[in-house]
Amino acid sequence: MYATLILVQTLNGLQLGIILFLIAAGLTLVFGVMDFINLAHGVQYMLGAYFAYEFTTLTGSFTLGLLMALPAALLAGLVLEAFIFRHLYDRDHLEQVLATFGVILFLNQGVKVVWGASPLFVPVPDWLQGSIEILPGFFYPIYRLAIIAAGLGVAALLYFLVNHTRAGMLVRAGASNATMVAALGVDIRFLFMIVFGFGAMLAGFAGAMVAPILSVEPGMGDNLLILAFVVIVIGGIGSIRGAFIAALLIGLVDTLGRGFSTDLLRLVMDPSAASQTGRAIAPMLTYILMALVLVFRPSGLFPVKK
Amino acid sequence: MSTLLRIENLHKSFGALRVTDDVTLDVAEGELHAVIGPNGAGKTTLIHQISGLVAPDSGRILLDGADIALLPPHKRATMGVARTFQITSILPGFSALENVALAVQAREGSSFRFFGDPTREERLNAQALENLAIVNLAGRADIPAGELSHGEKRQLELAIALATRPRILLLDEPLAGTGREESERVVATLQALKGRYAILLIEHDMDAVFALADRVSVLVYGAVVASGAPDAVRADPEVRRAYLGEEV
Amino acid sequence: MRGSVAVRALPYLLFVFFAITPALAQFGAEGYILSLVMRVMIFAIAAMSLDLILGYGAMVSFGHAAFLGIGAYGVGILMSHAVTNVLAQLVAAVAASALFALVTGALCLRTKGVYFIMITLAFGQMAFFFFVSLGVYGGDDGLTLRATPTLFGTPVFENTRVLYYVIFAAMLGVYLLLRAIVASRFGRVLRGARENPVRMQAIGFDPYRFQLAAYVIAGAICGVGGFLLAHQTEFVSPAFMTWQRSGELIVMVVLGGMGSLHGAILGAAAFIILEEVLARITEDWKLIFGPFLVLVALFARGGLVGFLRRLGGRR
Repeated sequence: MYATLILVQTLNGLQLGIILFLIAAGLTLVFGVMDFINLAHGVQYMLGAYFAYEFTTLTGSFTLGLLMALPAALLAGLVLEAFIFRHLYDRDHLEQVLATFGVILFLNQGVKVVWGASPLFVPVPDWLQGSIEILPGFFYPIYRLAIIAAGLGVAALLYFLVNHTRAGMLVRAGASNATMVAALGVDIRFLFMIVFGFGAMLAGFAGAMVAPILSVEPGMGDNLLILAFVVIVIGGIGSIRGAFIAALLIGLVDTLGRGFSTDLLRLVMDPSAASQTGRAIAPMLTYILMALVLVFRPSGLFPVKK
Repeated sequence: MSTLLRIENLHKSFGALRVTDDVTLDVAEGELHAVIGPNGAGKTTLIHQISGLVAPDSGRILLDGADIALLPPHKRATMGVARTFQITSILPGFSALENVALAVQAREGSSFRFFGDPTREERLNAQALENLAIVNLAGRADIPAGELSHGEKRQLELAIALATRPRILLLDEPLAGTGREESERVVATLQALKGRYAILLIEHDMDAVFALADRVSVLVYGAVVASGAPDAVRADPEVRRAYLGEEV
Repeated sequence: MRGSVAVRALPYLLFVFFAITPALAQFGAEGYILSLVMRVMIFAIAAMSLDLILGYGAMVSFGHAAFLGIGAYGVGILMSHAVTNVLAQLVAAVAASALFALVTGALCLRTKGVYFIMITLAFGQMAFFFFVSLGVYGGDDGLTLRATPTLFGTPVFENTRVLYYVIFAAMLGVYLLLRAIVASRFGRVLRGARENPVRMQAIGFDPYRFQLAAYVIAGAICGVGGFLLAHQTEFVSPAFMTWQRSGELIVMVVLGGMGSLHGAILGAAAFIILEEVLARITEDWKLIFGPFLVLVALFARGGLVGFLRRLGGRR
């Protein structure tokens, strides 16, 4: 039975990792290419979830809802980019923090005004309902598997785009030297806009995907934003590969840590102390991991060469 | 003259690129040793390694016999290694005087003082002013360093280096980007400093190099291809072909 | 950058305002006004301490609220063990936050730039979850201070005005202390390392030591803020040290104008008072406050102080 539990938690960890990757991918590119700290990236994930809710309710189909949520998330990202963020690329990091913090406040409150403060629920689409037996006697929800599969698909697509297309080449070059790319005669503003919109859409996609398994509520992106920052810092800012590996690492460490740290500690201390310490340590694990990585590798695991 | 700085078998590569290839050279007390070479020859990287900004892959850097190759930059500075940068490195928001006063303060080693206004400390300011006077900037002491002209900034950087009371000065293209008049002023200043400090000079301006140097070494692709008295180096056919030929 | 007289008088105006508030407050909702302004002054202390490392040291700490929480828990934990002497509590609050700053700062300062921001966040979160898990002292729910604080056996802080002026004196003291520090030999090195660390190394300074010392000083001062916050609210909780709170402290400093100290006071006041006023007008005050922050970031370079300076100096 215990082995099954570990398997379930591992899959859950993978699923969290995939979601984190979808958010972190855009964040790390925006950061690496434009040197822009976007605290508002988490609200773009939230918007994706709300769009999915809205369009699913409107059309009665989650699939259609998801498909419509993507361009909506893209549009939201482009609007923010055009009106606010574009004017902050060459500014101090702290002014970017101030502005994007303001955007978070506005949008968190904005969705409350539009959709209300109480959590909303999106039904799992019919054809993805139920569980399947992936091992004898071991059932796992199909929808969660679908999230993992979709996420891996997007990761593969991203890998292809970044490594085998001209735009991807420019993005990689931009991450290590933006002025040089500009000197090559590339319209850097347009490149930035594309990267930004794409990142926003990925985050929105993540939000839309989790809408059926989490409650859709204001502020749902705040804590994921912090985890996504942890991911890109561990992975090395600007590195998609680093973000992927770090996202899975964080997803697994966080999920397994919460599930099993008490049990592990019980091996070395008495049960009540173990449960006390376990509860304390579990949520800290991701941060301890990040601090350790940074102390030994001050530019993350896969630093992008500057 | 006794050797003050000695570099032995220094190696440094960035990936496949060898920027310092088995370099051995020395600078004697009071000597001005110029290093010339085409762009990309590894001159600046050499100075970075001596001052501690870049760690060599192997080799020794001896200051008065002690190996400093593994010490952090600030330790080397307190031991008497002072430098200027190819792209002027000053504190633009501080006045010219304060830029130099900070160097005096660094040398005095008492910077964990949390009270008292250092801009009113006569001793610091007087010494700073002395050094500004050496580079003809005494009249510009109160100007924010960022507002000085390009040539003045270069002069200021020299004054900062002098204020640390260095044993050796590492000068990375002090004439780069200066106009004719300014460059004459810098050359005159260097002329005045010559003999009082050991100086390792990197410079592209050949007239200045051959006017100032006691010894010239030629660096090509990270390796020293010739070294000796200015006239001998100038006459060396190898050097003429590899380097001077392109310039003259 | 010569500002007008009014701009140069700004710090004095701020302190006069805080000094006479109690006298004016008696004509209005006194208790409400005093507690609001006390809150402003406490956050001004925290924001000024952050300004020392952020504005003068270019160290963007995203975990500064941890010190506020640690200082507050210094009070809370001692109180729950019936140690009511405020001096003992103050020493504990300052020592604990300084120690935390020393240990975490020594590690954080190995990194630079954004990585520094994130590692300070990590330690802030660790502190947060540590206190959340501390069941004996209330865990998630926090700890209400029931005992009466004393000084050598005499009850103190019972009178709101006394507490007000204690907080005022602390804020003034912190301001003067930090003013002296940033102007001192030490402060000059710190500012130099902000402008050009490579140059500072090249003349013989090790920026790390100075930055670490500044980090510890900032942590200790923020601990004083936590000490005062605990006494003012008679409550301590992990909510004092969330990452959002750390973000708010950064916003206060940037909003007011960093690297000026009184900008941090102005920023804390603007942030807290605006939040309060807007919240009275509409429940959805964040719809106004959010865009306000965006506008400040876009158009008021140097924050409110920079904005006032340009108004006054036409520069």
